[in-house]
Amino acid sequence: MANDLAMKERLAIPRVHMPELDATERSRNFAEVNRGLEMTDAVREAQRCIQCKHRPCVDGCPVGVSIPEVLDALAAEDLPLAARILRGDNALPAVCGRVCPQETQCEAKCVRGVKGDAVAIGYLERFVADWAMANPDRLGQADRPAASDRTVAVVGAGPAGLTAAGELARAGHRVTVFEALHDTGGVLRYGIPEFRLPKEIIDSEVEQLAALGVAIDCNVIIGKTLTLDQLRAEFDAVFIANGAGLPMMLDLKGENLKGVYSANELLTRVNLMEAGRNPAATTPVIAGKSVAVIGGGNTAMDCVRTARRLGAQRAMIVYRRSEAEMPARVEEIKHAKEEGVEFVMLTAPLEIIGNESGWVAALRCRRMELGPPDDSGRRKPVPVEGSEFDLPADVVVNAIGTRANPLLTATAPDLDLNTWGNIVVDDAGATSLPGVFAGGDMVRGGATVILAMGDGKRAAAAINRALAG
Amino acid sequence: MFEVLSNETLAPNLHRMVVRAPRIATARRPGQFVIVRADRGEERIPLTIGDADPAEGTITLFVQAIGASTRRIVSTPAGGSLRDVAGPLGQPTHIEQFGRVACVGGGVGTAVLYPLAKALAAAGNEVTSIIGGRSSQYIILADELAALSHELLVTTEDGTRGRKGFVTAALADLMADPERAPRLVLAVGPVPMMRAVAELTRPHGIQTLVSLNPIMIDGTGMCGGCRVVVGGESKFACVDGPEFDGHRVDYASLMDRLTTYREFEDAARCAADECRLGEVANG
Repeated sequence: MANDLAMKERLAIPRVHMPELDATERSRNFAEVNRGLEMTDAVREAQRCIQCKHRPCVDGCPVGVSIPEVLDALAAEDLPLAARILRGDNALPAVCGRVCPQETQCEAKCVRGVKGDAVAIGYLERFVADWAMANPDRLGQADRPAASDRTVAVVGAGPAGLTAAGELARAGHRVTVFEALHDTGGVLRYGIPEFRLPKEIIDSEVEQLAALGVAIDCNVIIGKTLTLDQLRAEFDAVFIANGAGLPMMLDLKGENLKGVYSANELLTRVNLMEAGRNPAATTPVIAGKSVAVIGGGNTAMDCVRTARRLGAQRAMIVYRRSEAEMPARVEEIKHAKEEGVEFVMLTAPLEIIGNESGWVAALRCRRMELGPPDDSGRRKPVPVEGSEFDLPADVVVNAIGTRANPLLTATAPDLDLNTWGNIVVDDAGATSLPGVFAGGDMVRGGATVILAMGDGKRAAAAINRALAG
Repeated sequence: MFEVLSNETLAPNLHRMVVRAPRIATARRPGQFVIVRADRGEERIPLTIGDADPAEGTITLFVQAIGASTRRIVSTPAGGSLRDVAGPLGQPTHIEQFGRVACVGGGVGTAVLYPLAKALAAAGNEVTSIIGGRSSQYIILADELAALSHELLVTTEDGTRGRKGFVTAALADLMADPERAPRLVLAVGPVPMMRAVAELTRPHGIQTLVSLNPIMIDGTGMCGGCRVVVGGESKFACVDGPEFDGHRVDYASLMDRLTTYREFEDAARCAADECRLGEVANG
C-alpha cells in the first residue's frame, strides 16, 4: 500500500500547492478561485501525515474530525473509506474544506508545521468531500438507526442548524428545519460569495440532509410566522441557530446616501439574489467604479472582491489598524491583493460625502497611528491630527460587523440574553428554557462557520442525551 | 408553494389576490406585510396583508404591477401558486380606542390603509376615510371603506369622482370642523402625499402615523436597505416599521433613496413594453 511509506520518505514530500484561477481573469468573474487538487497530488499530500499518536489536529478542529484516519485512508487511495469517516464526523465537509481557517485550527496544531509546512488538511478535506459528492454510488449506504419517534425543530438552515439537523437525523429523530429566507444555507448562501463557495456545494450538502429524512421548511420566520412557544408545544426539543444577521451601522454623516451598502445588503443582492452575476437576475445592484469597503474581516474581503468582480476599477479596503491586525484569513488577503484590491491601512472613515443628486462621491477619512494595546490585545489606533483626506468613491460598503437579530428573542421573554442580545447557553448549548438549545452566531455574535458547526454538533449531542433520558 | 384562490383587477395594474397561507393568516395582525416571490429568480416583493381569514387559512394581498417581479405575481391566475410567501413581517399597528380617527389613502396606499381602518373601526373608533387618486378608475376599496367608516370622502385630481383636488384639502376641512376633527391621522400613499398630510397636522399637534415603503430585500432586518431616518435616527422599516410618527420622518431622504434603482426600473419597464412599442412603430 502506498501509505506504507517510511518516515523519511513522508518527511521528504513538500506541501502541495492549491491550483488557482489566474488572478486577472478571475477578478472579473465569479468562478471559484481555488480549483481543487488532482488525485495524485491529494494522495501524495495525505502521505505527508506522519500519523502521530497524540492527534493534535483533531483537538484543533471544532467538530473533532478524525483527521489522521481520513488522511490514512486517502493515502492508501481508499476514497470510500475516507469519505465515510469524514462525513460521519462533519455534516458539511465540502463547505469546511473551503471556508474554514485551517491555518489557525487543525493545521496550526499539525506536528509537521513545527519544522516546515503543516499538512494541507483543508485542501484534503475538500478533495475527499468533492470526491464523495461526485461518486455517491461508490460510498455505500450509511447505516440508519431505528426511528426514534422524537421530534426536533431547528431554527435556521445555516451552518449550525444544518449540522445539528444532520447529527439529530442520524440519531433517528424526526427533524424539521425552519428557514426565514426562501432558500437554505443561511450565511453560506447569502454571505459567502460564489468564488469562494459555489452555491451548488450548499445544494448538494442540503440534499444529503434531505436524504437522511430532514424536512426543510423555508419562508418561516420564528418569532413572526410561528413563535418559540408554538415550537416547544409541537416538538420534543428546539435548537435555535438563527444567526447574527443585523448589520451594525457606521453612524457616520452621509450613511443614507445612495450607493452606501451594508455588507449584508451588497452580499445578499449578489449572492442570494444573483444580482450582477446572473444576467437573468431581476434584483439590481449598484456596481461602483470606485468602491471603498470599511472593515478588515473576511466579510470585508468578500465585499471588496465582489465589488472588483462587479467591475470596480478601484476596489479598496479601508481599515483603521494595520494589515497585521486584520482579522481576515491570510488566504483572503492574499487573493484580494492578487486581484488588484488596494489596502488603505491605518485609515478611519469620518464622513460620507455626497454629490448634488444624493449619490456617494467620496469617503472622508483620517490617518491613524498605532498606540499601546487595547482590551483585545491589538495595538489601539489613534487619530493623527490634521490628516483628513477624501477618497473618491461612488459606492461605500460598511463591513464593520453584525449583531443579534431580535426577531425571535423579542417574542420569547423567558429566554436569557446577554447585554448584546445574544442567547445565553451552558457548555452543552442549553438555554434557560427546558428543551431549548442554541448555538452559532446567535450565541457567539459574529464568528466562523466552523465554530457555528461545532455548536450544532455539541447541542445535537446534548439533545440526543436529553431525548434518550 | 402558496395557492392563489382568486385574482381580480381592481384598477389599472392593481390586483386583489387571495392566497392560501394558513400560518400567516393565523399570526397576522393589521399593519403587517409579507415578502412574495412568484418564482425562482424573481425579486423579493414586500406586500401589505390587506385582510386575513384564519378559519379559511387565507390572506388577501393588493398588488400593484410595476416591475418584472410584480408583473409575475399579478399574472398568476386562480389555481396557480406563488413560490414564496414569508411573514407576517413588521410591527402591527397599535390599535386602541382613540375616538375620532382620520384614515387618509392615496392611490394604491388605500390598499395598505384598508386593514388599519378596519381594525380601528372594529376597536370602536369613529373612522373618517379620505381616499384619493388621479381619476375615478384609481379609486379603490370605496365600498369596503364606506361600510366601516362613519364618513367616506373621495377626491380625484381630475374631478371624475368626488371632490376635485387632493386628499389634503378634504382633511383640512375635516380638521377645521370641531365636531369632526380627528385625534389621530393615519396616512398611506405616495411620499409627497404623506409629507403634505404630516405638514398639515403638525401645527395642530394631531398625532399622525405614516406607513413607509422603502426598498427592501429580506424584510427581517438583515440587510438594512430599508433604513429611513426618523427623528434623526436610522430605523429599519422592515422590523421597526413600516409605520412611523409622520412628524419625525425625513421624507426628502426617503424619496431620494427610492430613486436608487430608477435606471434599472426604467430598463425593465422598457424591456417589458418593447414588443408593444415595436408593434406601434412598425404598424
